Amino acid sequence: MNAEAVVEGYATLVYAAYTDALTSAVSMQQAISVFLHNPNDSTQLVAQHAWREARKWYAQTETFRFYDGPIDNGVTGVEGLLNAWPLDEAYVDYVAGASSVGIIQNVATYPEITRNLLVDLNEKGGEENISCGFHAIEFMLWGQDLDSVDAGKRPSTDFIAGNPINDRRRKFLELSTSLLVEHLELVKKAWSPDVHDNYRHSFIAAPADESLQKILTGLGVMAKVELAGERMYTAYDNADQEDEQSCFSDNTSDDLIYNLMGIANVYRGSMHRLAGDTLRVVSLSQLLELQHGPVAETMQQQLQKTYQSFVTMPQPFDRAIIRPDARQSVMESILAVQELGEQFATIATTLGLTINVSPTQ
Amino acid sequence: MSGGITYRKELIVVVLLASSVFAITLHACKQAASEVAMHSPTPDEALSGGDATVFDASVNAFALPVPGLSDQDELIFFVGNSFFNQNWVQSPSSTKARDGLGPHFNAKSCSGCHFKDGRGQPPATVGQLSEGFLIRLSIPGSDAHGAPLPDPIYGGQFQDHAIDAAKAEGSYEIIWEEISGTYPDGQPYTLRKPKIQFFDLQYGPMAENNLISPRVAPQMIGLGLLEAIAEQDILKAADEQDANGDGISGRPNYVWNVIENKKQLGRFGWKANEPTLLQQISGAFNGDIGITTSIFSDQHISAYQQELKALPDGGKPEMPDDDLQKLHLYCATLAVPARRNVEQTAVQKGKLLFEKIGCTSCHLPNAQTGTHPLFAVLNNQTIHPYTDLLLHDMGEGLADGRPDFLATGNEWRTPPLWGIGLFQTVNKHTFYLHDGRARNIEEAILWHGGEAGTVKAAFMQLDAEQRQQLIRFLESL
Repeated sequence: MNAEAVVEGYATLVYAAYTDALTSAVSMQQAISVFLHNPNDSTQLVAQHAWREARKWYAQTETFRFYDGPIDNGVTGVEGLLNAWPLDEAYVDYVAGASSVGIIQNVATYPEITRNLLVDLNEKGGEENISCGFHAIEFMLWGQDLDSVDAGKRPSTDFIAGNPINDRRRKFLELSTSLLVEHLELVKKAWSPDVHDNYRHSFIAAPADESLQKILTGLGVMAKVELAGERMYTAYDNADQEDEQSCFSDNTSDDLIYNLMGIANVYRGSMHRLAGDTLRVVSLSQLLELQHGPVAETMQQQLQKTYQSFVTMPQPFDRAIIRPDARQSVMESILAVQELGEQFATIATTLGLTINVSPTQ
Repeated sequence: MSGGITYRKELIVVVLLASSVFAITLHACKQAASEVAMHSPTPDEALSGGDATVFDASVNAFALPVPGLSDQDELIFFVGNSFFNQNWVQSPSSTKARDGLGPHFNAKSCSGCHFKDGRGQPPATVGQLSEGFLIRLSIPGSDAHGAPLPDPIYGGQFQDHAIDAAKAEGSYEIIWEEISGTYPDGQPYTLRKPKIQFFDLQYGPMAENNLISPRVAPQMIGLGLLEAIAEQDILKAADEQDANGDGISGRPNYVWNVIENKKQLGRFGWKANEPTLLQQISGAFNGDIGITTSIFSDQHISAYQQELKALPDGGKPEMPDDDLQKLHLYCATLAVPARRNVEQTAVQKGKLLFEKIGCTSCHLPNAQTGTHPLFAVLNNQTIHPYTDLLLHDMGEGLADGRPDFLATGNEWRTPPLWGIGLFQTVNKHTFYLHDGRARNIEEAILWHGGEAGTVKAAFMQLDAEQRQQLIRFLESL
């Protein structure tokens, strides 16, 4: 039991998590392919379900961000192509009251929908101009959420082949999905134990303290900055559905729970896999329990408390941030996960490291 | 220039250092060594924003809050960020909180022009949504407060986009004129100068005597820090009559504070034509996106465009005060990234040259913040913005010929240089100066004229390696 073992355990877990994220994304791609082959309400429902499933596994990987790793380093990082949000619907396709807007409708400017076009247009001319990744696919599958109770209700007929705009929409969905798979393959490969000279290799070879610092930064920033700040408080404060992450599918409550689970997985060194088994690796919690019992105890309690508050938050999230009887519960979750982030900073200090859990990315 | 002799001596020392050894006497060696020691990095040199510095040189380098915000303010920062990024949509719309775009506009969001809180650029294609470029319009003369008179038909700013129910004011194309030159050492260079051609004008011809000024959107970092510098400290550097005889006469601009109804020192904008950050933000909302606030409660519509008043709006105002305050906190507390590579010899030598040839006469390296009226986290910091926030005559080459309050058509505010080495990382381009004409830092230097003419000439006299060192220093900012 030492820091080196924790670092290696983390690398194993990251690889497993990206493997499951990729596998579930490939399943989604197959379901979308079936949907496009025969667009109807039931194939659409299956594709939507496959999106939710893929989302569940991807959400657990998000704590691997925030330290210039393969997912979000400034040069080859693909995070913005995988998961940028919020998405301006009108940048992509028709919205209520504007029937001929967006990349799909704009044949004159974009005569052909291609893979490279979707990559080039992503985050072009504004941070809400999103043309690929989970939320672009989500918007394709659900459409705008104009319903106060349910998710978006895009008709499956939007994808019936033969109509020129529908054909462009079909292409958009097909290509944004294959791009997602392509980008997940890249990050998985960067963490593969079977590839020489990849990121995993240098992560394990580096002094353990350096890599531990990265691990803790990912955990702390994910909790305090990304969850408490970007994903929860902003929506809470604006009380506006546009600010929830998965606003077309109303999947945000699940996103948040699986984000938190990703944090717990890393800390505890265990993860329930897609295949049903459980992966166990040498963990941060073990390292702490050995040397710093009280700190480990506090973290364990805070994780429990945060998890409880997340799962008891009323659903869907876009209603919870508006309902007077539910807002208090959202606020409690925000404070809990903010505190969780602070405690990762405390753990770092305990281990003789320093991490910055203010926004660093 | 009075410092010429000193400068030559230093130059020789640096040349000796660069070409190193052979027939250098021991004495010269000692002298050279002491020069380097004098200019090795000072402990806080990399901390451009003092305690408000962040250590991130990634694509997010301009997007981080100053350290030390309270937990509550940090949460508000994220809310402000969401307003900064959000695309506004036309009214009526199902998204009530975000409607009110236009009727005329240049961009749909703040981040449209300040992508990742960074720097805008001239359009690459005709008719595209602005990526941080717009054109100011006026006619000769000024109003009761000294502000420029807007074009009677097109207003103070040309808006080439409109909502479905309105027509855009027209289009424009930039014609780039290439200008060749040569350094004294024979090295050639090329500059480019923009000429704006309007077409498809939808409300008739513009005023014949109109004045136009293209502008790019500056990086958003450190704005609260600049606002926290005490007015008397800025005025200390002013030398309107050039009493010290260095050929440089920094002048304060005095502009109109529409909130407090009074004249005030201008600090923001390319001509220091905005007194406060809040007014700057509200003005940009109004002119660039077509969003009203309590500060600018009327749409940007001229007397010749009155039919647009009948169109639905997104509320009165479209951006409520409560939200505007959060956006204000966001804009004021964006931190300044630390310098990179300060310890590198080339960067240190470049810094020395930057001082020696006189760049620091206007690009003041050091400033001290006093008390910010709202955000205490910005108080009492030693910062390195490389600006005096004053107006300088930059010569005919750069002139837009469009006065703005006290700023003449030749004058520009010294822009802060912090962050200029990160544009490539954050915004994937290296366009500099008020209209993005300079395609790299070197071209930006070569455009300097007027009061900066002597310094520019000194830069041109440097040898190629020294010029490169000076640029390396600027890239480290």
